[in-house]
Amino acid sequence: MSERHADEHTWRSPDAVLEWLRERTRSQFAWSLRTNPGVRFGGTLVCLLAVVAVFGPLLSPYDPTAQALEARLEAPSLAHPLGTDALGRDVATRIVHGARVSLALAVAATAVRVVIGTTIGLVAGYLGGLVDAALMRLVDIQLAFPGLVLALVIAGVLGPSLRNVMIALSVVGWASYARVVRGNVLEVKDRPFVEAARLYGTPRRRIARRHLLPNVINPVVVLATMNLGTIVLTAAGLSFLGLGAQPPTPEWGTMIAGGREYLRSAPWLVTAPGIAIMATVIGFNVLGDGLRDVLDPDHLEERERRRS
Amino acid sequence: MSIVMAGVSLLTYGLVFVTPGDPAYTILHERRGSPPSDAEVAAFRAEHGLDEPFVSQYLSWLSGVLRGDLGTSYFRSESVSTLLLQYLPNTLELAVAAMIVSLALAVPVGVVSAVHRDTWIDRTSQIAALLGVSMPNFWLGYLLILVVSLQLGLTPTSGSGTLSHLVLPAITLGTGLAAIVTRLVRTSMLEVLEAEYVDTARSKGVRERLVVYKHALRNALIPVVTIVGLQFGFVLSGAVVVEVVFQRPGLGTLLVDAVFARDYPVVQGVVLVTAVAFVITNQLVDLAYVALDPRIERGERA
Repeated sequence: MSERHADEHTWRSPDAVLEWLRERTRSQFAWSLRTNPGVRFGGTLVCLLAVVAVFGPLLSPYDPTAQALEARLEAPSLAHPLGTDALGRDVATRIVHGARVSLALAVAATAVRVVIGTTIGLVAGYLGGLVDAALMRLVDIQLAFPGLVLALVIAGVLGPSLRNVMIALSVVGWASYARVVRGNVLEVKDRPFVEAARLYGTPRRRIARRHLLPNVINPVVVLATMNLGTIVLTAAGLSFLGLGAQPPTPEWGTMIAGGREYLRSAPWLVTAPGIAIMATVIGFNVLGDGLRDVLDPDHLEERERRRS
Repeated sequence: MSIVMAGVSLLTYGLVFVTPGDPAYTILHERRGSPPSDAEVAAFRAEHGLDEPFVSQYLSWLSGVLRGDLGTSYFRSESVSTLLLQYLPNTLELAVAAMIVSLALAVPVGVVSAVHRDTWIDRTSQIAALLGVSMPNFWLGYLLILVVSLQLGLTPTSGSGTLSHLVLPAITLGTGLAAIVTRLVRTSMLEVLEAEYVDTARSKGVRERLVVYKHALRNALIPVVTIVGLQFGFVLSGAVVVEVVFQRPGLGTLLVDAVFARDYPVVQGVVLVTAVAFVITNQLVDLAYVALDPRIERGERA
């Protein structure tokens, strides 16, 4: 009994204590990540979608673009669980292929926004002065345009295509990241650990990467997750208007646009892709909300999200 | 503010110059479906001042804008400002109606959910709000047309002019906004309900109903009203798509048609008006925010 008691109080080296603390916070973090209902539900939905996007097309017996005019506008049945469209194509197959298009576009556009926005925010916040003032005016200018309007004009001027929608959605929308990152950098850049790194002669680039970036990344992750949902919505909207994916590409917005003439006779043509879009956006929104509770309890990104 | 406005105008004007290749050539090519001759391209350029260098084109456009002249459409005889004035009222009507719909939905739902926090009422309304923000509004528009216009025959499917033409577009545009506002009302109400003056009112024996609706709600709505103003951009963006769904003439349909026709002066006009309206609203909201709540410091938000 007394032996065990003594054992628990064995002297540990400071390094070991630090390691123990680190391990403890890490597992606590993993625990709160695993038990957060938003992260669980949203994460499951997003993973399911990713699985569908990657493996779904391999399982379907139909070609998403091959026309079968003898099977036009068939109501949902066992052979075609979501019916067929005006050209006899299987709607379920097209929706599954559409998941690839939407997710790939959303991930690519978000990645570009994150890289541009975070870099600009880091540079502006860390360097300050004139550079900061100039970059922040750039941010203000971008935020002066409603996102969809700007993306619509850029995509339209470049010419209607999926690639151009991706370009348009990448170059707008980074401003929110820049603002969030800059705000956080301003908060941490005068803290002792950054000061210490500076006195130690660490190059500025390395300070930004090793000391500032890890401290600003959480709200960026939350914002990016929410953004994935918004981009899926906006891209579908642009495609619906005819600016994005062109027929016969299976894209959810384009499918809704193609189905609107048959609203009365074949309502599944409009309903099915809409539900697919909604499920995707719900997944990202719920996951984002959950991540925010875990990663960013102070809701730093929320104010920015409202503006974009 | 003035730097931002200058940047906005430069970006608005410059946007159309990212056209791949020569704008004049592309416009003529797309318009007639066959490659235009060099002479035609040159004539088009000369007619619309496209043969001058970018800076002087921009400056002459800008000086026109400052005098209220936004140029003339490439394809229609009307000037851009006439077109804007013709279509703007329709869009404003839709935007205001959508704001009314969203507040009418969001304020009661948000308050009830805050008062009955963590009950089934609260959860249901939160799920409804989640569905609302996650739904593509053009899709909701078609669902409403399908049910209300086609099945029930209650409203016309498209067009504008009467109140019955306005109902469905306003609901379509208003629901997405309502979802956002519901969350705001709920959060703001929860904060207020925990404030000391609410406790004071309660301890004086004021009835709970009065506490909620007289003392708390009034204060909870202050931040909500200002943030609803910030959602103006959301409403404008949404109006573009909703107008297309319901085939309502407005700034949105004007912009989409102009983008497809590459009618650049019209595109520039609509984008400029939208951006300026957006900047001014945000500025007003910031001012209102400071005026209503002196604890907020100016600077960070500007």
